[in-house]
Amino acid sequence: MSTRGFTGRKPPEATRERLPPGQYLTEDFPVLQIGPNPRLDLDTWSFTLREGSRPLKSWTWEAFTALPRTRWSGDIHCVTKWSKFDTAWEGVSFDDILADAGIAAPTAFLLAEGYDDYTTNVPVGDLVGGKGMVATHYDGAPIPADHGGPARLLVPHLYFWKSAKWVKGLRFTQRDEGGFWELRGYHMYGDPWREQRFTGD
Amino acid sequence: MIEPTARPLPWQSATLTAIRPVTGRVKSYRFQVAFDRPVLAGQHVDVRLTAPDGYQAQRSYSIASAPSQDGTIELMIEGLPEGEVSGFFETVAEVGDTIELRGPIGGAFVWRPEDGGPLLLVGGGSGVVPLLAMLRHRAAAAPEVPSLLLYSVRDAGEAIAAEELAVRARDEPHFALMLTLTRAGGRRVDADMIGEALHRLGQPGHIYICGGNAFVGRTADLLVDAGVDPRLIRTERFGS
Repeated sequence: MSTRGFTGRKPPEATRERLPPGQYLTEDFPVLQIGPNPRLDLDTWSFTLREGSRPLKSWTWEAFTALPRTRWSGDIHCVTKWSKFDTAWEGVSFDDILADAGIAAPTAFLLAEGYDDYTTNVPVGDLVGGKGMVATHYDGAPIPADHGGPARLLVPHLYFWKSAKWVKGLRFTQRDEGGFWELRGYHMYGDPWREQRFTGD
Repeated sequence: MIEPTARPLPWQSATLTAIRPVTGRVKSYRFQVAFDRPVLAGQHVDVRLTAPDGYQAQRSYSIASAPSQDGTIELMIEGLPEGEVSGFFETVAEVGDTIELRGPIGGAFVWRPEDGGPLLLVGGGSGVVPLLAMLRHRAAAAPEVPSLLLYSVRDAGEAIAAEELAVRARDEPHFALMLTLTRAGGRRVDADMIGEALHRLGQPGHIYICGGNAFVGRTADLLVDAGVDPRLIRTERFGS
């Protein structure tokens, strides 16, 4: 049923076909986070893979940024309804991180953990095969702190809350455990094309 | 404290029962809606409008009203002429209209009476709306909780609920208001102002900051500079 008097501003066809349901296109880059930017120092920054509480491998900033580089360009979609087209990222793919650690993923699920104590769950299958990276650069420059720099997870085919800012590590879990938002009613998977915003969507 | 919400969040029909001006640009919209779960102060709703050809637009708006049993919520929407949804509210919406919405949404930027205080609220412009819900809830449910609102607006005309806030500051012994006007020789929130707020309130137990991105980022940094534990700070932002 339509809303009385609402016609809307339907975007052009070329825009619409790139917009998942319920999204609108924005040209700016909104910032969403649960608290202040954490204060990080590259001299003490580290990135750690864990299985449960057991560390598997850690990298310093110097070691991490010496890993093979990956680039990805495309559209990102935030659960707060904005989408941004043609964003350009560079970092280290999940595949290359695992390869440098010399391991295969020990479980099928993980939680990305941020320096701000934020967490979010992502299936391993959504990171392998070039689908996810830990990004250090946005639009050709180091990622600004407001957007999760020095390093953030990038899983662009899921709603952007999955792309944890200020990522400090990935923790493999035996089962699919909800993170910060998932424990607060947001969808466990978060596919924008199926509009999986909240539990049950 | 954290209860996974296992139930789906359905879209619901809400009837617009009252519209009143709040400032020159912001209006209050009261909806009658029967949510299947309690509202917490600080939460928001998603609004969905549908055009005759099926095209839909969704936006999120903070709830201004305190959690209540009366089956209504109040939203405050700034009538941005270029806004696809806010423009609809400004120029088309009338009392009696039916709008689709779902909620309440959000479990991070919320304050419950049992969370206690002292409660430091920092708002910029229309970012005060979810903080207003917290203040209204606190006054009704936990008036003994010390609280302070530091509210930054460009000019007095932009201040939402200015009269209500002034009356609360006058009548509620444990609520203090610090209003700062930034335009025309005014003063932005700075380290001294944060220091004064912390001095007047005492060591905060919970801090909520809402406003435009630059305002929220700057204010959060000032609080961390002042020695506040970053884990006490919750932020909500709009714009970039």
